[in-house]
Amino acid sequence: MFEYAPAPESRSVVDIKPSYGLFVNGEFVDPTDGGTFKSINPASEEVLAEVAEAGPQDVDRAVRAAREAYEKVWGPMPGRDRAKYLYRIARIIQERSRELAVLESLDNGKPIKESRDVDLPLVAAHFFYYAGWADKLPYAGFGPNPQPLGVAAQVIPWNFPLLMLAWKIAPALAAGNTVVLKPAETTPLTALVFAEICQQADLPAGVVNIVTGAGDTGRALVEHGGVDKVAFTGSTEVGRAIARAVAGTRKKLTLELGGKAANIVFDDAPIDQAVEGIVNGIFFNQGHVCCAGSRLLIQESVADRVLESLKRRMAQLRVGDPLDKNTDIGAINSAAQLERIRELSDAGSAEGAERWSPACELPERGFWFAPTIFTGVTQAHRIAREEIFGPVLSVLTFRTPAEAVEKANNTPYGLSAGIWTDKGSRILWMADRLRAGVVWANTFNKFDPTSPFGGYKESGYGREGGRHGLEGYLNV
Amino acid sequence: MSERVAVRKTYKLFIGGKFPRSESGRSYIVQDSNVALSSRKDARDAVVAARAAVKGWAGATAYNRGQILYRVAEMLEGRREQFVALGVPGDEVDAATDRWVWYAGWSDKLPQVYGGANPVAGPYFNLSAPEPTGVVAVVAPETPALLGLVSVIAPAIVTGNTVVVAASPAQPLAAVTLAEVLATSDLPGGVVNILTGRLSETVPTLASHMDVNAIDLTGVTDAELAADLEVKAAENLKRVLRPAPTDHDWSADPGITRMTSLLETKTVWHPKGV
Repeated sequence: MFEYAPAPESRSVVDIKPSYGLFVNGEFVDPTDGGTFKSINPASEEVLAEVAEAGPQDVDRAVRAAREAYEKVWGPMPGRDRAKYLYRIARIIQERSRELAVLESLDNGKPIKESRDVDLPLVAAHFFYYAGWADKLPYAGFGPNPQPLGVAAQVIPWNFPLLMLAWKIAPALAAGNTVVLKPAETTPLTALVFAEICQQADLPAGVVNIVTGAGDTGRALVEHGGVDKVAFTGSTEVGRAIARAVAGTRKKLTLELGGKAANIVFDDAPIDQAVEGIVNGIFFNQGHVCCAGSRLLIQESVADRVLESLKRRMAQLRVGDPLDKNTDIGAINSAAQLERIRELSDAGSAEGAERWSPACELPERGFWFAPTIFTGVTQAHRIAREEIFGPVLSVLTFRTPAEAVEKANNTPYGLSAGIWTDKGSRILWMADRLRAGVVWANTFNKFDPTSPFGGYKESGYGREGGRHGLEGYLNV
Repeated sequence: MSERVAVRKTYKLFIGGKFPRSESGRSYIVQDSNVALSSRKDARDAVVAARAAVKGWAGATAYNRGQILYRVAEMLEGRREQFVALGVPGDEVDAATDRWVWYAGWSDKLPQVYGGANPVAGPYFNLSAPEPTGVVAVVAPETPALLGLVSVIAPAIVTGNTVVVAASPAQPLAAVTLAEVLATSDLPGGVVNILTGRLSETVPTLASHMDVNAIDLTGVTDAELAADLEVKAAENLKRVLRPAPTDHDWSADPGITRMTSLLETKTVWHPKGV
């Protein structure tokens, strides 16, 4: 591997406060019946800040603030004015993008080149896109006068903290709802800076409320009788529990859950491009991606060639300091997630798959996992069935397109899939048959605010992004 | 000369294009007739038939599905008097026939109205199109017996889903007679399956069945049962349509929500380049 001098991004653009309260009704407040917890940098285990943990009363206060703002301010406000607030927020995010990118990498562990070049541009674009819908809802295809639902309870994961916030808050506000959002307990900081951005934009108090905390806070929020809408992104297990919790209520529910995507490489695929796509598919964001291409299906006749190229490419990946601009793979988000990745990887070895990682030096402090592939994987192996949510790729082979479809669809999930081939008719034939909400052909892990995203089967329901993304926040 | 002795009809289930009795050998008396009393096993058999029909029906061209739904309207029009004899008002039969015609036309239009190209910020072709979710369990409304039934079946199947319908327990004859219409309309066997009997026997089985993709609770009037069914449906994250308000106006413009809530949106990306 080439030697590069360290190229660390400066932390000086970020001013992390020692402690953060809850953002309720436009102000940061101390919890009344909650406690506090610490958010750490997963690359160094250093404590970044102390954050409030919202108890049931705090959640109640936030929901009431959102209700009042919905009834008195945000609901009655003309769409064109809601639009202007959202455009303002989009602009402030663009202006503060460096600061937010560095903070995201510090709190999450993802490489700065990703938070800077992928997350933040998409966050701003998402607000900019939905801002424009706020005064055009009658043209969205949901009837002449679609109405907002009221108060939206939103619970988001730690893998793309600010981007998931944008996916939730932008369409909700554009449609005229107010929100109470709970960020993940390991990555609350960018959501709290977003709260400051709401203040900076003079967004009316109570339209956006941020309650930090863990599972109990999330449960109190989605089960609160005063919310009209629940939106969740996270594990299928928690999604199921939420679906049960809202059963029999008026709450409208959208869920974006787990995945076990097949990335399918045919013998006529451009191998170098496919290998880049495989690497992007599973090692992007340390594999902490619900739509990650975690099952590689290679046509048997090219399996050796593809694997050889893939291993050569993997040996070039730089694992380490997330703030270094040359880093490809950053830190695993938490000790708990690292433990889960280790457990499933050990199960892969124990069940008879062959494990390979490039030689790679991992930092001593923090949570790290070397990019790993398993070959000789069968469909019965746990590593072929369960979502690992880490930089671990399971490799299977196939002979015919029909067999590829069969194996790709042999999962309770259905979030995404990849196809690599030079033959156009085969792409379309495959795309028709893959039971997945997003199909990337000769590319992978591409996102855009105009493009609907969401799963089939146990990957959840509803779509985020595009015109479709408004539907979950309107009474249609 | 003595008066001719009428030939009575046996009202049976409709599963996989055939008219079997309940495997349990049971029936119940309703609307002055013996009607099959479905068991949990009948419900499971119906799901197997519905699943087997998905590939052909979802894979049929939209033009073909549209023609078949229109054919259903043709057949229903011809059997108007038969439904009137069962007590369905003539206006309702007409409205039900018109509803088939209305939905028939959606088959090749909904993908354009509900999908399309997305202007992504990059050199990519990006297209979103709706697809059927798969097997849908449907609890038909108790009333209106025919129009309500048609109004829940047609929007589910026009896009390529297959259905297992729990007919109104109190007025099942219209449902069984509609099955006869469907069986003579070139609708492939298994696309629509109709169960008669007690909801409490069949619907919980459908709600918890792991090979059912969605459940339409329109006809469930007991709020507690509806909540329980929704909890069961969460096990494999079925798409759930909650019960309709009891004062729902079935003669009003149905809109497209019934169709779209049983669809998945698939988005396909491909790079542009030379």
